[in-house]
Amino acid sequence: MIFTSLLETAWHALTTHRMRSFLTMLGMVIGVAAVILMLAIGQGAQAMVRSSIESMGSNLFIIMSGAVSSGGARVATGDAPSLTFDDADAIRDLPDIMASAPVSPGGAQLIYGGVNWNTSVYGTTPDYAVVRNWSMASGSFFSDADVRRGARVAVIGGVVARELFGDEDPVGKIIRIKQAPFEVIGVLASKGQSLDGRDQDDTVLVPISSAQQKIFSNTLRNRARFIMVQAVSEKRMDAAETSINDLLRNRHRIGLGQDDDFTVRNLTALAETAASTTRIMSLLLGAIAAISLVVGGIGIMNIMLVSVTERTREIGIRMAIGARRRDVLWQFLVEALTLSLIGCGIGLLFGIGGAWLVERLAGLPVAVTLASVLMAVGVSFLIGVFFGFYPARRAAGLNPIDALRSQ
Amino acid sequence: MAVPGAPLIEVANLEKDYPTGAGVFQALRGVSLSIAEGEFVAIMGASGSGKSTFMNLLGCLDRPTRGSYHLDGQDVGRLSSDQLAALRNREIGFVFQGFNLLPKLTALDNVALPLMYAGMGREARRRQAQAMLERVGLGERSHHTPLQLSGGQQQRVAIARALATRPRIIFADEPTGNLDSETSRQVMDLFSRLNREEGITLVLVTHEADIAAYARRCIRFQDGQVIEDTTVAQAVA
Ligand SMILES: Nc1ncnc2c1ncn2[C@@H]1O[C@H](COP(=O)(O)OP(=O)(O)OP(=O)(O)O)[C@@H](O)[C@H]1O
Ligand SMILES: [Mg+2]
Repeated sequence: MIFTSLLETAWHALTTHRMRSFLTMLGMVIGVAAVILMLAIGQGAQAMVRSSIESMGSNLFIIMSGAVSSGGARVATGDAPSLTFDDADAIRDLPDIMASAPVSPGGAQLIYGGVNWNTSVYGTTPDYAVVRNWSMASGSFFSDADVRRGARVAVIGGVVARELFGDEDPVGKIIRIKQAPFEVIGVLASKGQSLDGRDQDDTVLVPISSAQQKIFSNTLRNRARFIMVQAVSEKRMDAAETSINDLLRNRHRIGLGQDDDFTVRNLTALAETAASTTRIMSLLLGAIAAISLVVGGIGIMNIMLVSVTERTREIGIRMAIGARRRDVLWQFLVEALTLSLIGCGIGLLFGIGGAWLVERLAGLPVAVTLASVLMAVGVSFLIGVFFGFYPARRAAGLNPIDALRSQ
Repeated sequence: MAVPGAPLIEVANLEKDYPTGAGVFQALRGVSLSIAEGEFVAIMGASGSGKSTFMNLLGCLDRPTRGSYHLDGQDVGRLSSDQLAALRNREIGFVFQGFNLLPKLTALDNVALPLMYAGMGREARRRQAQAMLERVGLGERSHHTPLQLSGGQQQRVAIARALATRPRIIFADEPTGNLDSETSRQVMDLFSRLNREEGITLVLVTHEADIAAYARRCIRFQDGQVIEDTTVAQAVA
């Protein structure tokens, strides 16, 4: 028997029971649509986390002034950051450290021409660009010399450039940051959202010395709210953390048994945790959707079994005029496969359409990947074979004369 | 392929037991006979005498409990179920009392069905099926479904289907059982013509003497045994 005849026979059988075929397919449609949609949402979330992690920079520590709920009573945050610029320099000289940048953060209003824009301002050093792996869209980053002299220069993020300058080239222009004039010497390349959901391009970086003198008017000079540190490699992260702790305890003269006045956080490890959380979440979503796909498959088996029982006489007639067992087996198997694959095709359309709607209406990032589509098709094929085989074998196992006599 | 001089059908000591609640029921108790190619045989006998049981064995739809069956010199008992299916497809055509057409298929598709299992392509089998329908006088009705046809027409579609693969033998179990006398006569004329003009071997079960009169040989069954086997010299005019 030729393959096209099998398809023809299956198609005829399915179209003579339209309603039944449609309802049977519905299970597959819902299952496949759910799998595609859930995977799209999960993978969208993962992709977002991944790009946030990449934009953060790699092998990062953040050292914050003050102990965060370790000893309980003593909290040295607030106006007196315990970390100094010298601490940052000393950390950079440690063997496992690549770069170390003190940061003094704050908010300020920017003015250019008649335009105002409120944004976050970071006073820092050129190492910050290294640590954050931040390249320039145009112009250049400020230098160590700029930091030493307290130069009034600024590097602005893409959002700030767009809001203040529009289509104008910002480089070389003078902006006012809290009334103090600063020359824009560079525009940062775009980074997008950070892990905590902030827009990293809505920022201004200035030399930390200038920030403290002209913008934050800090009385405590040479002190940093936090220091961003990059280790030389992932393998050296643990060693780097130990040596940073030892160095700072030594420099701050913290004796045995005394609490630290700083906190070292491994940002890369935190990011990994966030990544594995989203991975588990998307796996879970996929698994729940997969269950509905299996239920759809059981629906197919159920209907195929009914169909075999109902069509016993037809099977007998086919056998009497020359259908071999394998012809009957294939007939029912192809029928089950046709149901599952057409259901899969419709499910794909609904799943992809649903993903598009989720992105449009809920604003969630989604990613329908070729791999998830291929997987859905493959699984539907296997479901067709798996759940179609038992009813098909039952049909093929009938005795011609018994089948013919039935009814 | 045929052994020269050997009969087309040869059964020896054929027995068929049916398991029942009260033990086995012996539907056939040692039937031995042979049928040559081109014969037209009627099988008669009381209800329950084993005629259908015998036909089903000859038609390779069922296997005997004991005894042997040679078809065209070949020991049918040694064939696998797939080989039997191929044999039914190529060498044997069936006509049943209840027509046994597939209700959702058109007459044309019903007739084309055996050709599908013979591995013939769609266009070729539709052409051949159409030719067969024309032969039984239903060329105009090829796109009707069985429900849209009369009993006699349905039986002629069934005959066209039996003829589709150009088999050498046709087994017909009470083919006129559901037909009135006029349509019965048409169907029987068709059978006679096939036997006379194409040399198709015909074995036919019937309860009616006037139907059996179309045949040249009459085998009578009683309680699972052959009690009479007569050959009539006369041919239907
Ligand atoms: N599958 C079966 N199981 C048990 N007994 C059966 C089975 N098929 C037939 N029989 C019995 O075998 C005997 C012969 O049946 P068969 O159908 O061959 O009779 P028949 O001569 O064709 O009768 P009729 O003229 O009524 O068609 C009957 O007594 C019947 O009850
Ligand atoms: Mg009978």
